[in-house]
Amino acid sequence: MESKQTWTEVIKPNKRVFDLQLKELFRYSDLILLFVRRDFVSTYKQTILGPIWFFLQPLFTTAIFIVIFTYIAKLSTDAIPPALFYLSGITIWTFFSECLLKTSNTFTMNAGIFGKVYFPRLVTPISIIFSNSIKLILQLLLLLLVFVYFIAKQEVSFYLSFNLLLIPYVLAMVALLSLGLGIIISSLTTKYRDLAFIIQFGIQLLMYATPVIYPLNITEGRLKLLLSLNPLTAYIETFRFSLFQKATFDSSMLVHSSVFTLVVLFLGIIIFNKIEKSFMDTV
Amino acid sequence: MDILAIKVEHLYKQYRLGVVSTGTLVHDINRWVHKLRGKEDPYSKVTTINDRTQKKESEYVWSLSDINFEVKQGDVLGVIGRNGAGKSTLLKVLSKITAPTKGTVKVNGRVASLLEVGTGFHPELTGRENIFLNGAILGMSKREIKTKFDQIVDFSGVEMYIDTPVKRYSSGMHVRLAFAVAAHLESEILIVDEVLAVGDAEFQKKCLGKMSEVSRGEGRTVLFVSHNMGAIQNLCTRSILLSNGCITFDGLVEEGIRKYNSSLVSLLQHIAVADRKDRTGSQVIKLISFKINGMECDGIIRLNSSDTLVVEMTFQSIDDYSGGRIMFGVYDENSQRPLFIDSDLEMIRLDFKKGLNHIKVSFPEKFSLGFGNYTMNYSVFNNIEVVDYIQQVAVFEVIESDFYQNSRSSQQSPRILIRTKWEISH
Repeated sequence: MESKQTWTEVIKPNKRVFDLQLKELFRYSDLILLFVRRDFVSTYKQTILGPIWFFLQPLFTTAIFIVIFTYIAKLSTDAIPPALFYLSGITIWTFFSECLLKTSNTFTMNAGIFGKVYFPRLVTPISIIFSNSIKLILQLLLLLLVFVYFIAKQEVSFYLSFNLLLIPYVLAMVALLSLGLGIIISSLTTKYRDLAFIIQFGIQLLMYATPVIYPLNITEGRLKLLLSLNPLTAYIETFRFSLFQKATFDSSMLVHSSVFTLVVLFLGIIIFNKIEKSFMDTV
Repeated sequence: MDILAIKVEHLYKQYRLGVVSTGTLVHDINRWVHKLRGKEDPYSKVTTINDRTQKKESEYVWSLSDINFEVKQGDVLGVIGRNGAGKSTLLKVLSKITAPTKGTVKVNGRVASLLEVGTGFHPELTGRENIFLNGAILGMSKREIKTKFDQIVDFSGVEMYIDTPVKRYSSGMHVRLAFAVAAHLESEILIVDEVLAVGDAEFQKKCLGKMSEVSRGEGRTVLFVSHNMGAIQNLCTRSILLSNGCITFDGLVEEGIRKYNSSLVSLLQHIAVADRKDRTGSQVIKLISFKINGMECDGIIRLNSSDTLVVEMTFQSIDDYSGGRIMFGVYDENSQRPLFIDSDLEMIRLDFKKGLNHIKVSFPEKFSLGFGNYTMNYSVFNNIEVVDYIQQVAVFEVIESDFYQNSRSSQQSPRILIRTKWEISH
């Protein structure tokens, strides 16, 4: 007699390349939130200042940048008050670099837990992006405070325009870019750790290839073209433009960055999904 | 026909031995080139079967090879086998932690695997927060955990500390809380690895009780790996015996355990201690002979319970080492350890001289292990590190004889027999 035998799941050596399993990821959304909560709570446990550190970090960095790059090196800040110029750059940059650094060792840092229980591995890098987003929101509030201070001093003025709508778009794209790059790097480092070293100092160097401490429009010619290829250039410039109405806004650069980001993210998910099945054997 | 919960077909899992180095890159490129040209993986042919006692000729090994079995819904299947037989690999493949190299596994229902208790526990978070976190890691939704929260806390018995960070918990409390979460998983299939080895005896009992309740009462399918044959026998109805990555027996649990015990004997029968390869350490001091007094019969050493246990060992040392140390553990059939001997604890200083060293250890008279089969693990230290360590270096059987010299014996099957001195005063 033939009974109704059904299978809810078949485990095979390889799954199809484009099987991204995003539906399963959605089922684990509770876990993402719990990971975010864990990261947030545990980071500042047993510190006296707690989340105030979120504000101190960018404030100190900004102060030092003002001293070095404005007073000593006398770099232009695109007619934006230096404090606002650096703080806005640092906010976006730290968000990007921290997301990238933390997601890029997803597999090696979580080998213990990944070796004992299954859940979609993408949960981990995504939760890292969310944890950092909370931090980003707090730092944006700080930026807003400083902005209001400069408006009160009438050193800058605030324009209400549709350009402000570009801000959430830019932030989302920066998050996706760091996620995409991070998971590609984490996938590649499971077997060969060399890349982990490159990323350590590479990210420091990358900051100088991004208009964080200088505006894009003080460069020209081939150098400017080269900097425009960096997808972060358009994001940081657009961010400053939509807040302060200064800095460069170039829609073709933004389109280039967006396409770059989406391609990287898509490739990242494919590679990550392929690696997650076998990484326990090589890590 | 019964409905199946799991069906495993022609399952293979290959592992690479040794370290990842530039050689790996060469292999990877070679493999990729073969793949591009549509040829077979050049390294799957040279893979040898997994036998840790023999030295490998190839860098690749089949940790699992051609595994086929089915599990019916509601079955409790015990997976038994020696260390390195492939039990853990099998569970890892079934719980999707690592993908198989070849073959398929078909699963009907939600799988929860418990390869470790308290996976993902964060020391800074409170017990309450960790219940939610751990539950979610194991695949429960927040709502499910909420409805079961009180039951979980109740089972764990740590209500008082539920809002304390778990880093302040004792290790026992830690395990209790972790197991409590796992025990309340709502999955059709539960995969459990050697997790009961931790925790105190009372809690182990509670866990075993909960597990049999889960399987019998709620009709859930359970796959259970343990070295504790007692637990296997209590819980399981069926067993599969793995050895060197292959299934060598599939059937009733009693027979599986018997086969497991006898396979151990046959292994030791064929290989002299000096030729054993399943050892760890630098072997600057190496065990080359290990003898237990008693008569040998079918490769197994038989010892009368009235005899004094004497162990004689010969070591080959490549240099002089002062302050050496020897330990051995004696395990019964249920993987319990009634005896653990450590020369250091007894303040015995063992000075090894270059060349051969003979050591004899005699157990006290008026003492004997209870009837049954035992295995021994041994390790030797040269005052800093383990230089030679062999699991299951010997197996022996203690048979019933007139220990009390009055033709009587205990019906309680004690693990240890001793003669005591009695006094009564009025």
